[in-house]
Amino acid sequence: MTIRLRAPRRLVAAATAGALALSLAACGGTTKDSASGSGDAKAGGKASADPNAPLKKGLKLAFLPKQVNNPYETIVDNAGIAAAKEFGGEAKEVGPSDASASSQVSYINTLIQQRHDAILIAANDENAVCGPLKQAMSKNIKIVAYDSDTNPACRDVFINQASSEEIGRSEVKLLAEQIGSEGEIAILSATANATNQNTWIKFMQDELKKPEYSKMKLVKVAYGDDDDQKSFQQTQGLLQAYPNLKGIISPTTVGIAAAARYISGSKYKGKVALTGLGTPDQMRKFVKDGTVKGFELWDPKNLGYLAAFAAAALSSGQITGAQGEKFKAGKLGERSIGANGEVILGPPTVFDAKNIDQYHF
Amino acid sequence: MSRLMRWETAVTALLVLVFAGGAGFSPDFANNDNLSFALDDLSEIALIALPMTLLVVCGQVDLSVASILGLCSALTGKLWDGGMAIEMIIPLVLVVGVVCGLVNGLLVTRLGLPSLAVTIGTLTLYRGLAYVTLGTGAISEFPTAYTDLATSSIPGTPIPYPVALFVLLAAVTGVVLHATGIGRSLFAIGAQEDAAYFAGIRVKRIKLILFAVSGLVAGFAGVVYTLRYGSARADNGIGLELAVIAAVLLGGVDFDGGKGTLGGVIAAVLLIGLLRNLLMLNDVSTEVQSIVTGLLLIISVLTPRLIAVAREARGRRRGARPAVPAAAP
Repeated sequence: MTIRLRAPRRLVAAATAGALALSLAACGGTTKDSASGSGDAKAGGKASADPNAPLKKGLKLAFLPKQVNNPYETIVDNAGIAAAKEFGGEAKEVGPSDASASSQVSYINTLIQQRHDAILIAANDENAVCGPLKQAMSKNIKIVAYDSDTNPACRDVFINQASSEEIGRSEVKLLAEQIGSEGEIAILSATANATNQNTWIKFMQDELKKPEYSKMKLVKVAYGDDDDQKSFQQTQGLLQAYPNLKGIISPTTVGIAAAARYISGSKYKGKVALTGLGTPDQMRKFVKDGTVKGFELWDPKNLGYLAAFAAAALSSGQITGAQGEKFKAGKLGERSIGANGEVILGPPTVFDAKNIDQYHF
Repeated sequence: MSRLMRWETAVTALLVLVFAGGAGFSPDFANNDNLSFALDDLSEIALIALPMTLLVVCGQVDLSVASILGLCSALTGKLWDGGMAIEMIIPLVLVVGVVCGLVNGLLVTRLGLPSLAVTIGTLTLYRGLAYVTLGTGAISEFPTAYTDLATSSIPGTPIPYPVALFVLLAAVTGVVLHATGIGRSLFAIGAQEDAAYFAGIRVKRIKLILFAVSGLVAGFAGVVYTLRYGSARADNGIGLELAVIAAVLLGGVDFDGGKGTLGGVIAAVLLIGLLRNLLMLNDVSTEVQSIVTGLLLIISVLTPRLIAVAREARGRRRGARPAVPAAAP
């Protein structure tokens, strides 16, 4: 058998020529600056709101969490599904098993095909989901972002669990009380790109600039990717790398539980303070065994509940997502839309040994 | 195995069945929007599956493809953020893809290391470089002209532009594999590397070129991925190499090398993608979807072996010599 290798050489030559041609074409090409004019116009025309329109019956809603089987997201979504029954609609939860940037995209397409009235999404990446969400909006499907926002051009409203500023600043205050406002601290976050986490961290850093925290020093922001094992290892790593660490803030329910598990079984128990955002059921035993003094969270049931009512109000034409519009959210009463299409749930609740037994979620 | 009983024929039949079943039972399945989306969603896997088929036929594997994709995505973002033109970024990123592939190829051919071990190493290495390039952040706001190109279809058809490009490349790959001397030498190397070498085939040269092409295509898939999602990230495409290898195996390519067809692989890519789409439309959970894909894979690896065992047993009963293994096509 004789083997000739001329063909691949010819291919290589052709490829090189192609690459060269492309680079020549680059003169006068598309750069960030020349493209920056093409802003994102909001898809679909803005109809005018009719605050007195009745809530439509039989609305089909779908919750698309960052990932399924995440205990926190399950609570939020189940409360939303229950809320939909209150106004005679139906809702379901679908979603990917991993929280990667692109994994939610196929689900959005599926929900478009299934002709849902509204999609409620906690975005893994604010831009990766944008294309398909705009497509959904152009087919008159309402988009409600909850928990973690998308690019504002790709949703109608964002249900914010609490003012991001309030969460960020209160986390620092909570930890400062526990460590006497002195010493090295670290943050254990979820994924590096989670919009909500990063906003909170930004406000934490800003809060730390105040004079009363001059003796507190943020030494590291670690990422556990909302993965139990990874968060556990990151906690271990933080404590080994910074032997003078006095406290950790973990503003994610997966992270704080993993960190508490590690600390409670290590020599750092009682020496390193841990606070952040967690659910009472997850954290109960760590509060009782003294690993954690206090942590906080909004009521995730109310978050899902409010998101469902916002979706219904949008689909029924009561609101369009513009600032200043108001809608009735069942037992939570009247809510209004703030700047940038945000609806704020309310201030977070601090859970400690005194009150934790009153909460079950 | 007779032509009718060939595994890739079975995969193609299954694909037709899934398509017909989907169109019949699910009104949301066989419409232009959904099909075009489902195809577009397969772009990167389909593209990378082409060189991967050639590699596996030749007895090699490249596990670093998804990391090359991630590195190229991160680099695309970094350069775009730095103000470089997209038309300039693309060729540069492709060169980086080729270099990544060449590193794999040189380690395999010059040092004689097994490609599995080499590319497990570079899988971690290239992903690490991707994080060094872009950190854990994301770059977005690519020009809409390009992001639209990555997601929209040729007018009047459900065929997205990246898939049209795939069709072109698939045609070239198919001809190379099944109608040229190079293709025959790939099968020869996969079946018996030493024999191929003594027959005058330049084994090392061919392997090196294959790894470079694999890197090139993975780099290109990185650009497609970035524009399709409008988000350049270092963790883009994590785990994608397994989806590609799953498709190659399901397509009937023997992991030991020397056997397989490109048609089978393409049918398998479409089968996995459309099946997943259909399951999602019917609200089947992610967990069950992975169970279905996993079972399909095990069956695809097991069936040819079972057939071989059964044939051997029959041969022994008749007292005849064991059946001669099917020759490479």
